[in-house]
Amino acid sequence: MKLTLKIWRQKDANSKGSMQTYPIDGVDGDMSFLEMLDVLNDGLINQGEDPVVFDHDCREGICGACSLMINGEPHGPDRLITTCQLHMRRFNDGDTIVIEPFRAKAFPVIKDLMVDRSSFERIQHAGGYISVNTSGNTIDANAIPIEKEDADASFNAAACIGCGACVAACKNASAMLFTSAKVSQFALLPQGKVEATRRVLNMVEQMDKEGFGNCTNTGACEVECPKGISLENIARMNREYLSASLKG
Amino acid sequence: MISSSIARKVAMALSGLFLVFFLAQHFTINITSVIAPDIFNSWSHFMGTNGLVQGILQPILIFGVIYHFVMGFILEIQNRKARTVRYAQFKGGTNSSWASRNMIITGLVILAFLGLHFYDFWIPEIVHKYIETHPEDPTRYYAETVHKFESPVRVTIYVVSFILLILHLWHGFSSAFQSVGFNNKYSKGLKLFTQIFAVAIPVGFIFIALYHHFNQIPH
Amino acid sequence: MSLDSKLPKGPLADKWTKHKNDIDLVNPANKRNIDVIVVGTGLAGGSAAATLAELGYNVKTFCYQDSPRRAHSIAAQGGINAAKNYQGDGDSTYRLFYDTIKGGDYRSREENVYRLAEVSGNIIDQCVAQGVPFAREYGGLLDNRSFGGVLVSRTFYAKGQTGQQLLLGAYSAMNRQINRGKIKSYNRHEMLDLVIVNGKARGIIARDLVSGEIQRHSAHAVVVATGGYGNVFFLSTNAMGSNVTAAWKIHKRGAYFANPCYTQIHPTCIPVSGDHQSKLTLMSESLRNDGRIWVPKSKEDAEAIRTGKKRPTELKEDERDYYLERRYPSFGNLVPRDVASRAAKERCDAGYGVNKTGEAVYLDFEAAIMRYGSEQAAIEDIQNPSKEVIREMGEKVIEAKYGNLFQMYEKIVDENPYKTPMMIYPAVHYTMGGVWVDYDLQTTIPGCYAAGEANFSDHGANRLGASALMQGLADGYFVLPYTIGDYLADDIRTGPISTDSPEFEEAENNVRSILDKLINNNGTKPVDHFHKRLGKIMWNKCGMSRNEKDLKDAIDEIKALREEFWKDVKVPGGLNEVNQELEKAARVADFLELGELFAKDALHRNESCGGHFREEYQTPEGEALRDDENFMYVASWEYKGEPADAVLHKEELNYENIEVKTRSYK
Repeated sequence: MKLTLKIWRQKDANSKGSMQTYPIDGVDGDMSFLEMLDVLNDGLINQGEDPVVFDHDCREGICGACSLMINGEPHGPDRLITTCQLHMRRFNDGDTIVIEPFRAKAFPVIKDLMVDRSSFERIQHAGGYISVNTSGNTIDANAIPIEKEDADASFNAAACIGCGACVAACKNASAMLFTSAKVSQFALLPQGKVEATRRVLNMVEQMDKEGFGNCTNTGACEVECPKGISLENIARMNREYLSASLKG
Repeated sequence: MISSSIARKVAMALSGLFLVFFLAQHFTINITSVIAPDIFNSWSHFMGTNGLVQGILQPILIFGVIYHFVMGFILEIQNRKARTVRYAQFKGGTNSSWASRNMIITGLVILAFLGLHFYDFWIPEIVHKYIETHPEDPTRYYAETVHKFESPVRVTIYVVSFILLILHLWHGFSSAFQSVGFNNKYSKGLKLFTQIFAVAIPVGFIFIALYHHFNQIPH
Repeated sequence: MSLDSKLPKGPLADKWTKHKNDIDLVNPANKRNIDVIVVGTGLAGGSAAATLAELGYNVKTFCYQDSPRRAHSIAAQGGINAAKNYQGDGDSTYRLFYDTIKGGDYRSREENVYRLAEVSGNIIDQCVAQGVPFAREYGGLLDNRSFGGVLVSRTFYAKGQTGQQLLLGAYSAMNRQINRGKIKSYNRHEMLDLVIVNGKARGIIARDLVSGEIQRHSAHAVVVATGGYGNVFFLSTNAMGSNVTAAWKIHKRGAYFANPCYTQIHPTCIPVSGDHQSKLTLMSESLRNDGRIWVPKSKEDAEAIRTGKKRPTELKEDERDYYLERRYPSFGNLVPRDVASRAAKERCDAGYGVNKTGEAVYLDFEAAIMRYGSEQAAIEDIQNPSKEVIREMGEKVIEAKYGNLFQMYEKIVDENPYKTPMMIYPAVHYTMGGVWVDYDLQTTIPGCYAAGEANFSDHGANRLGASALMQGLADGYFVLPYTIGDYLADDIRTGPISTDSPEFEEAENNVRSILDKLINNNGTKPVDHFHKRLGKIMWNKCGMSRNEKDLKDAIDEIKALREEFWKDVKVPGGLNEVNQELEKAARVADFLELGELFAKDALHRNESCGGHFREEYQTPEGEALRDDENFMYVASWEYKGEPADAVLHKEELNYENIEVKTRSYK
């Protein structure tokens, strides 16, 4: 099929960017979206132009590297997948596809469609861990039974791939879903409860420092999350935060 | 504490819930103007003259309203700053409700309406009670209220405002529970309740307005 | 230089404990004065970095991704083995050790593998303490599943995302140390050379992939944990960025490269659909617990299916050839990966393949769906359930077990795997070969260590499912942090290493000259063009089965392709900016050298073992035929300028605790 691509091009972080139009032909329905961009780039390189820069790595929906706002939605129109899992059969011959980077003040553009998500890193540095030593002996893994429901809920929160679609989808560019997923994973486990107070206070403080917006519960993040991380996590983080604040 | 995003959001939720409570109370009194004007007069008289209501509840309410609006603005400004370059294409409609994305619009209209409402009712009341001195008349409320709905323009504004209030409550009421951390197996039922409330109360107010408009009593 | 594996003496079961007692330690105050560079932040690198920092060393980590959490360990689906014997099915350290040695076709080191089995239980304890949400039973205890090549259930898992959860665990441990200031993490940085000062690894040259800056970083030791080199095949289940560069650069600086030809071709991947394809997607091996693999019994049916005239569901039971169950009745569909892959290739080569390309077999869940459905109906006390009811209930059970995998399949192939059998075909997945290391995980360069998939040590010629995660974490959490101390104990008075030495200068210039050459090459073809051609050579001639002629051709072809690459590759853009084509070009340049050594290694190994199958060496039934007399050694290659000139060093393998047998899964 033949498509028209409108792609955000920006030379580097300090330059002003703009939307550029590229026609592309010979797109196959079995191609993934990123393979379609590979074809585009091949053509651009052959014409002596700069290929479009975008983040990607595992191409199987788990590393969280790929991003892209496709036709106004993070990871494109399909649900519960990342851009690398989106296939071109989802589009029709003659379609125009608008491709932009994930946009947030806390996700500055590095080049073209590649953004800097190190704000997420810093939130995790602030408290995304349990303070146990990694070497040497610890108690047996089965010493503390954990209710299956809690373990499963913790896993569901931990399934977050840190792609940033929640921020991109949120009209306020809020990072609450991401942060709450990490807070929840640990808050739901007995091992994580020990330092829950410190963790939630520090992580939320860092999140605020990074310049993300405030959560207004629109729920867009949950809908667009490729891993289906639930809004319940945000509610849980609010609870955790409130009780942590009251504790001091 | 109020400097953190979650604290602000909780404050927003609590003030909102307080206003929702006030709204329910306001409606309960107003609906008596349709059912039983005498009760309306006596309740209005109580609210208008009781020291506790006037001296303590009323300031708290005004503070709640102002706080909710000011905080709403601050949040909106911050949220806009969180995305400096806008998207060329943004399909918010595919993943969230219009009401949830446009609380600032519905809120602003409601604010404007509140201005009108204050001009219509509250200021004359204050003037009537505290600036000019009138002999106390516990039966004046009903007629005054009904006469306010004589003008079709005012009624139209009133109706439109309440439609926007539906939208504001549609998202805001249930959202407040999420903000204070309430999201569990009861949330589905609670959400249904909030949505019924969000429609029923403003529609009730609209009904009252239209009822009085079409059932005017002589001056 | 002869190879010294530094294997501890004494009884097998005591070696590791004894070794730990014998090695030198660095006191905590001195650790503060010692810097360690860790390149790669997957399970091995991430866990090593966290533990080293926790012990008190100053750690610098490097990864090309924008976050350590995106390392490709994250994509491991199935699980992690540990000899916990929680299921009470007779598992033990010895049995895990034995299974791993046997699974590796008697080509791995006893001592390393025993140590791996020995620390495996501790890994699970550690991960649970870190908050890794493993699957649990209703009683609150950890659940296990079984994997190919073994007869016990010892695999711990977190749905189909075990690698993700373990990596996030290691990453969280890193975060703790980053927050403490003990790890400085350099993301979007790629190591492009190793710096050796006075015979010791003392630093690296890295490129900042955002600014393009070439940087010098010094340390008292360098750990390379950069994963495998499966992308030499272009199409593999590896991430797009996975590469051999760090491992290859240290090879060129003196680290021997061991058994490069040992490649694992994973049997259950989604078949290739066309030329545009950039990568292959794995479907977890756990699917083989419930799926039955088959092809049509007759070629006519296979042909009819290929051309779309017949649907697989139209074939009756007796028209299907469940070839794994037929050939290997005792292990059936759960034979090890190399065996399953080769069997699939054998059927497809014989003309029984099923998709358009003829390179696919079926993985069928029909039997499992009906079996689970009946069980469920009995549990729910439904009398005489109809077939539809049973199917519906069975599908629900399958969905609960493999829902995410089925969904992934449907997204890619656009077919509903609950209704039509899945199509699968083997794909390159893991490389058992890698940088040669001794018992301490030290390479032949003093002070340079290799951990995880990047080294060669534990899996022999074939890796068992759910063992890669185990090895990565064993190396990083429990082995390397101890053994490196033995080396660093001599460095407590060295002080900071200067980056102004001529050695750093030379290494930086070396990197610059390569990158400059690539950028100013003015060729005509993009990097991918060469990478795809290399991949085709590798897959066709060094793939699932190899022969002398093909391997000789491959060597010539790769050499010619390498020359063409340097003449004709086109790299747009500049050095001092984000330049993904330049990154790719530098990686492919290394693959073009490794590929040749790979073929050379495969050519020299005149036997079939594990993932290395030479057509000349097979039994009449088509099973791999080992030559223990002549090839029971690790082939370790020393770099001498050109891959063709590489010099072979043999490390003989001695099995004192295991009887070496023909590997049989019949």
